[in-house]
Amino acid sequence: MQYLTDRKRAQGLGSGRTGTKTHWNAIVTSTLLVPAVPVFVFTVGAGLGGTYEEVLAYFSRPVPAILTALSMIVIVLHTLHEVREAIEDYMHGVSERMATIAATAFAYSLIAAGLLALIKLAL
Amino acid sequence: MVEFALPKNSKITTGKTWPKPEGATNVRKFSIYRWNPDDGKNPRVDTYFVDMDKCGPMVLDALIKIKNEIDPTLTFRRSCREGICGSCAMNIDGINTLACIYGLDEIKGDVKIYPLPHMPVVKDLIPDLTHFYAQHASIMPWLETKTNRPAKEWKQSIEDRKKLDGLYECVMCASCSTSCPSYWWNGDRYLGPAALLHAYRWIIDSRDEATGERLDELEDPFKLYRCHTIMNCAKTCPKGLNPAKAISHIKQMMVDRAV
Repeated sequence: MQYLTDRKRAQGLGSGRTGTKTHWNAIVTSTLLVPAVPVFVFTVGAGLGGTYEEVLAYFSRPVPAILTALSMIVIVLHTLHEVREAIEDYMHGVSERMATIAATAFAYSLIAAGLLALIKLAL
Repeated sequence: MVEFALPKNSKITTGKTWPKPEGATNVRKFSIYRWNPDDGKNPRVDTYFVDMDKCGPMVLDALIKIKNEIDPTLTFRRSCREGICGSCAMNIDGINTLACIYGLDEIKGDVKIYPLPHMPVVKDLIPDLTHFYAQHASIMPWLETKTNRPAKEWKQSIEDRKKLDGLYECVMCASCSTSCPSYWWNGDRYLGPAALLHAYRWIIDSRDEATGERLDELEDPFKLYRCHTIMNCAKTCPKGLNPAKAISHIKQMMVDRAV
């Protein structure tokens, strides 16, 4: 048992002086998602039902390839932000930090794998 | 770590059912949470029957009637009985509100009364609000000035005074904070809607000269940014205030000064 005053308990370690940048980044990625999601659905949807050669030809064009890459990056980064918020909400201590590292590593791996796949399709 | 099940000693059992009032024709059933820290037993829900022909219209009237005429051990806070003091905040029919201004006619069927959720219970319907009040104190709920005190008074325009409407009316009943899932999970660090509404009340006050310092103190992933705009606070506030809106204004000011 710690003999802390109620006020000290409420103050904790004080303000972290961070959070606004994360909040602003969430607003930016949310705003970008408005055009990104329809573009992603359209570009991926355009390839559905086509032959292998048709899909290769489609993603060889710079505009669909670049739009798909940008959409994928925005979607994954925004999802990462939301996952990190959920982790901070529900997990604490070492498990929170480990989960944050794992989610971040997974998100950037996903972006890297997606970009590599797109490059292989496009080139 | 979030817990998905109640600890063993918090599981609620069925309590005593008190006899119906004799000769009464208009009887209503009340299920009320009971817990006594001194008997070592789990919480229970006792059942009372109240003669509505001899009872006032508000939930607090029924609680006072039960305490006076049926079970004097029933414990709850109350004071002003007109929505000003915030003492009688409790969970009634699934809604955090003030018992004194919540009409029994607003409830369909049996009346279920519990203490404010996710707070330590002192006894029966009394939550421990110590940490809640300490969080309120931590936002410095007073006018901070650096300019020398004027000879007469700190002046404020009518327009600037109007900015405090919808904020100063908060009676600190804790209904909003205890309805907020973010406050449930992270109440030790997240200030919660009530304290943040009060923080904004002082940030937006044209006479206050500590705006920057106040924003500095709030800029924290937990103190402020645990608010996910769930809006339970605005939905439940018995005074009709909107803490979520106040919090969004604070976030907007944070962005305005940083971006």
